[in-house]
Amino acid sequence: MKRSVQPVFWILFGAGGMLSALVGWMLAWITGIAVPMGLGFPQLGYDSVLAFERHWAGAGLTFVVIALFLWHAAHRIFHTLHDLGVHANAGAWVACYGTAAFGTFAAAALLLSL
Amino acid sequence: MTRKPYVRPMRGWWRRDPYFTRYMAREATAVLVLAYAAILLVTIERLAQGRDAFEAWMELLRGRAFLALHLAIVATFVLHTVTWFAIMPKTMPPVEVAGRRLGPAAITGAGLVASLAASVTLFLTLRHLAS
Repeated sequence: MKRSVQPVFWILFGAGGMLSALVGWMLAWITGIAVPMGLGFPQLGYDSVLAFERHWAGAGLTFVVIALFLWHAAHRIFHTLHDLGVHANAGAWVACYGTAAFGTFAAAALLLSL
Repeated sequence: MTRKPYVRPMRGWWRRDPYFTRYMAREATAVLVLAYAAILLVTIERLAQGRDAFEAWMELLRGRAFLALHLAIVATFVLHTVTWFAIMPKTMPPVEVAGRRLGPAAITGAGLVASLAASVTLFLTLRHLAS
């Protein structure tokens, strides 16, 4: 029987969906509202963010969040395109999963370069 | 000569029934999840570019447009959390506790409590690190 890569995408979708369901709302509040506005959080500057992202734990957290959120979104958007009348085709597949793959590699490369 | 086959129009189908609308709202959360991941990616890219690029990006994030976008992202994540755990009784294998099958309300409730606990832990950890 030919092995399918589909379960891999499904697991990444599920893992990203679970992580974003657990901490997504709080994370977006912290990085998008609390830190920029200094609301209940110090307004973090370049040095402290750089120190955080240079630490293995901070870099690891950032990488996992970016990669899993991307794979979750890519898989969901790819399958919802069908409901919008765009039927599964190679172009849509490459656009969705390609974006997630590109973002994953870019995040890893950027974090390792810091 | 063959006639053009009839294709049932799909435009706006999801507006016809509130159940379909809720389904599409749940699926559409992925668009802002993608946007949020992109924002984080740009943030570490600006960080890698140096102090000036990073500070300019933070200034942009303080602007009205990005604050509005982030409020929309937070609201979307809340919708994602609620819908994710609402469908979890159907997406996970049955769980038995003390010989009885766990009901859908218990599974959804446990998920929402877990989200609150994980998020509060994350908040306290990051704030501790930041101060």
